[in-house]
Amino acid sequence: MSGYKIAVIGDKDSVIGFKALGLEVIDVNTPAEAKEAFAGLLRSKDEYAIIYITEQLADKLSDEISAAKDKVTPAVILIPSKSGTLGMGMSALKKAVERAIGSDILQ
Amino acid sequence: MASITIKPTRMELNRIKARLKVARRGHKLLKDKRDELMRQFMLVIKENRLLREKVESGLAKAMGAMSVASALMSPEMLEQALLYPKQSVEVRMKYKNIMGVNVPEYEFRTKNDDPSEIFPYSYAMTSGELDDAISILSETLDDMLELARVEKAMQLLAQEIEKTRRRVNALEYVMIPEMEQNIKYIRMKLEENERGNITRLMKVKDAILKEAHGYETI
Repeated sequence: MSGYKIAVIGDKDSVIGFKALGLEVIDVNTPAEAKEAFAGLLRSKDEYAIIYITEQLADKLSDEISAAKDKVTPAVILIPSKSGTLGMGMSALKKAVERAIGSDILQ
Repeated sequence: MASITIKPTRMELNRIKARLKVARRGHKLLKDKRDELMRQFMLVIKENRLLREKVESGLAKAMGAMSVASALMSPEMLEQALLYPKQSVEVRMKYKNIMGVNVPEYEFRTKNDDPSEIFPYSYAMTSGELDDAISILSETLDDMLELARVEKAMQLLAQEIEKTRRRVNALEYVMIPEMEQNIKYIRMKLEENERGNITRLMKVKDAILKEAHGYETI
């Protein structure tokens, strides 16, 4: 199995630091750009194992992201952006629990 | 409700009985699968929550340091400093099988082993906050990778559990009761035919006796 890459999508200030770590950074300014970048990553099929995307953008791309949920690659993971977390990561967790069990049993 | 289209024959009865047996077995197996998946799922969820909290707080710290750095440096300088990363990462993927669900596991490989290689710029031209931001980020990266693993596992498990749960319910509340109904229907119909047959024979016997000897039973 060959190596996969990790991509980070987000606004510039939030994601630029990841560049130093060797991740592939795609900085976007508008949701439309993000949509395009995300679709581009998916098209280049198995090349990306993980895509990190900021919650602010993920909010606008919920359709695309939920479509990727049932596939094995890539894993789309929400991260907070520079303006802090929106709690979407946690609510995604709750949603998964609801989907599996039928009701929210956390807390 | 026994469906009208069912033929009340002994062959059909045997067929449905065999199917019911398979359905019961499948139901039990699927139920066991669902329970085990659920257990695994709860473990993953617990792990996921902890990791997410850790990653979010780590990233918040890094973002804070980063915004200080970008305030101290001009945007051009910042971009220039990070333009050519020295480090690059590669992920290897393996699959782990949890109850028939293929869950990816990531193995993380950096091109350079030297941890100081994450700073792709000269220290003279950049502010110290940038160093902080990047070193915090690199510490968080391990957790982020782990988060990706458990989150994907969680999503895939959730999907599988949903599917299994539906199957269990369909078997338990639709398929099995329907087959039981059908069996009952055929049995009753067969018994009814049997009774009808006996009555007919008795009538015929009466008729024959009457004709032969001129007496009546009953």
